Amino acid sequence: MNLRHASLLAWGLGLVSLGLVVLGFCIGSAGFENLLRPLLNPADDPVQTAMARQIVWDIRLPRTLGAWMAGALLGLAGAVAQGLFRNPLADPYLLGSASGASLGVALALAGLGGAGGMLGGNMMNGAVAVSMFSSSLWVRLGLTGAAFCGAVLAVILTLTLARGVQHTLRLLLAGVIVGVVLGATTSLVLLFSPDSLQAMQAFMLGSTGFVGWTAFGLMATVWALCLAAAWVLARVLDGLSLGEATAHSLGLPLAPLRAALVAVLALATGTAVAQTGLIAFVGLAAPHLVRAVVKVPHGRLMGLASLMGAVLLASADLLARGLIAPQELPVGVLTAVLGGGYLLWLMHRRTSGLAAGGVL
Amino acid sequence: MSAARPPEGAKAPVGGSDPHTVGERGGSVSAARPPEGAKVPMGGSDPHPMGARGGSGSATVLEAFSVRAGLGEAPILQGLDLALAGGRWTSIVGPNGAGKSTLLKVLAGLLRAEGRVELLGRPLADWPRAERARTLSWLGQNEAAADDLTVYDVAMLGRLPHQPWMAPASAADHAAVEQALRATQAWDWRGRSLGALSGGERQRVLLARALAVQAQVLLMDEPLANLDPPHQADWLCLVRELVAAGKTVISVLHEISMALHADDLVVMQQGRILHHGACADPRAHRALEQVFQHRIAIHALAGQWVALPLP
Repeated sequence: MNLRHASLLAWGLGLVSLGLVVLGFCIGSAGFENLLRPLLNPADDPVQTAMARQIVWDIRLPRTLGAWMAGALLGLAGAVAQGLFRNPLADPYLLGSASGASLGVALALAGLGGAGGMLGGNMMNGAVAVSMFSSSLWVRLGLTGAAFCGAVLAVILTLTLARGVQHTLRLLLAGVIVGVVLGATTSLVLLFSPDSLQAMQAFMLGSTGFVGWTAFGLMATVWALCLAAAWVLARVLDGLSLGEATAHSLGLPLAPLRAALVAVLALATGTAVAQTGLIAFVGLAAPHLVRAVVKVPHGRLMGLASLMGAVLLASADLLARGLIAPQELPVGVLTAVLGGGYLLWLMHRRTSGLAAGGVL
Repeated sequence: MSAARPPEGAKAPVGGSDPHTVGERGGSVSAARPPEGAKVPMGGSDPHPMGARGGSGSATVLEAFSVRAGLGEAPILQGLDLALAGGRWTSIVGPNGAGKSTLLKVLAGLLRAEGRVELLGRPLADWPRAERARTLSWLGQNEAAADDLTVYDVAMLGRLPHQPWMAPASAADHAAVEQALRATQAWDWRGRSLGALSGGERQRVLLARALAVQAQVLLMDEPLANLDPPHQADWLCLVRELVAAGKTVISVLHEISMALHADDLVVMQQGRILHHGACADPRAHRALEQVFQHRIAIHALAGQWVALPLP
């Protein structure tokens, strides 16, 4: 019964994804009809056709798919984190990857000095403004690299402080400490280079606006890798859900397996954060949404949470583009509002005693 | 209901052989084997070979050599030696904080400790993981959080040590899971998720998980937690069946009257073993009364040993 529900949910999410991609293809400041005509009749106006093709092929499509993929990474990371820490409130940024990526970006922006000011366009301007994500390819690559390196280094720092992965509580604590300290350092860096503040803000709010094909390809590769690894490691999480002692008694070599899970978590989160900035709540909410519908072992949970995260972020991206078109909302703000609302609703359902899948 | 109690003398040779005499308070229990065959209210299962105790294998299965464990300057286990015989049910008892659970964890290899633990004559550390896990099954205390897994999935986790990595469950796995779930009367809710069960129901599922391993040695920490009296009785029958099948059961029980159903008793106090011997041995009763500061008295009542609290 659960199995059938799970596959129904998977098919449903797949269909919704398809719909979202088609919608994402059509929605944008340049409208839909304006693009369709030149695309269908390339002979009429080659210049128009080239522009339309560029908008659809180089901007809308990779962006939509990129949002889907980043959401998939975050949803997967969220399910891994909640299983690994055996805590329904665990979130993919828990090991310090978010604060590490922020610090990396802040340092890079400060390093670029005055350039930061030029990079930091006006987020709400809608157009080509969104700071770090746009501009020259080199700057973008540098910032993405800085974000990824920051995320990975922060996770390594957390693991060092926690002296390995054996103790989940120590790991959680170390993650919190690293988050606070790196957050403070980021603020300090920004204090000394106020020019980069605006660009930094764009990163903190998250944006799927300028994911290109390279970024999409990178995320897709990492996603495939992480999903395969998660599938292989799913039984460990099932075993762990019975407690560490029982998992150990079942002959699971916990230390290396946990290290592998942390690696999956760090890689998926780091990649998503580097491409899209800090997008709140997708990783936290996706596994909960899945669990509210169907109770499945971790193998399927991780796959479904990944799909759910993808659908969440892809729809948030659509909303961000469409709500106040032709201007654009930062997608991270939308996910935060929607995710926060969802958690509130969960809490409310819990306290009013109707909790079927409530997990708070 | 397993009915008639077998004649006293026909039972296996445990402890003393006098007919039972009720002990006086103050620790002067004299005597005797409880009529262990009978009077256990069984929750409607088949007759169990209650008389067949102490049976065949009495070779040492688990052995601890000067085991020392604990936090910093306050060791929980103070260098104790223990040899547990196979094919028997041993209960570890003692006051709170005596180190019962710690000892059980050390015996299961779940807790690092000084000293050495041998399973079937081979140091625990030398066992390959999967092989150890197939030989020794563990049921912990208050550990479950697997609310999203179905009852069947939870029991199937007990088959992990038998399955190659990523391999699907075999027919033998499914059979073992079904047998275990039926043994604990949890089969009917196999499709429900663990989070939807009550504490006692959940405990029975976890017990089924431990049974599904089909290990030769079972270590259980407070297996009766949250169980109502009929299911406690069922658990007793189950353990009797396991022991009759040649398995070794070692349990930590805080309820002395339940512990007194065992074959052997390990009485602990402050990280040491005060007494280890047959349950029916009056010396065991005296040790029990001593570690509980003579606040309990052990009587034979309705064919069983019971520990009554003294005001």
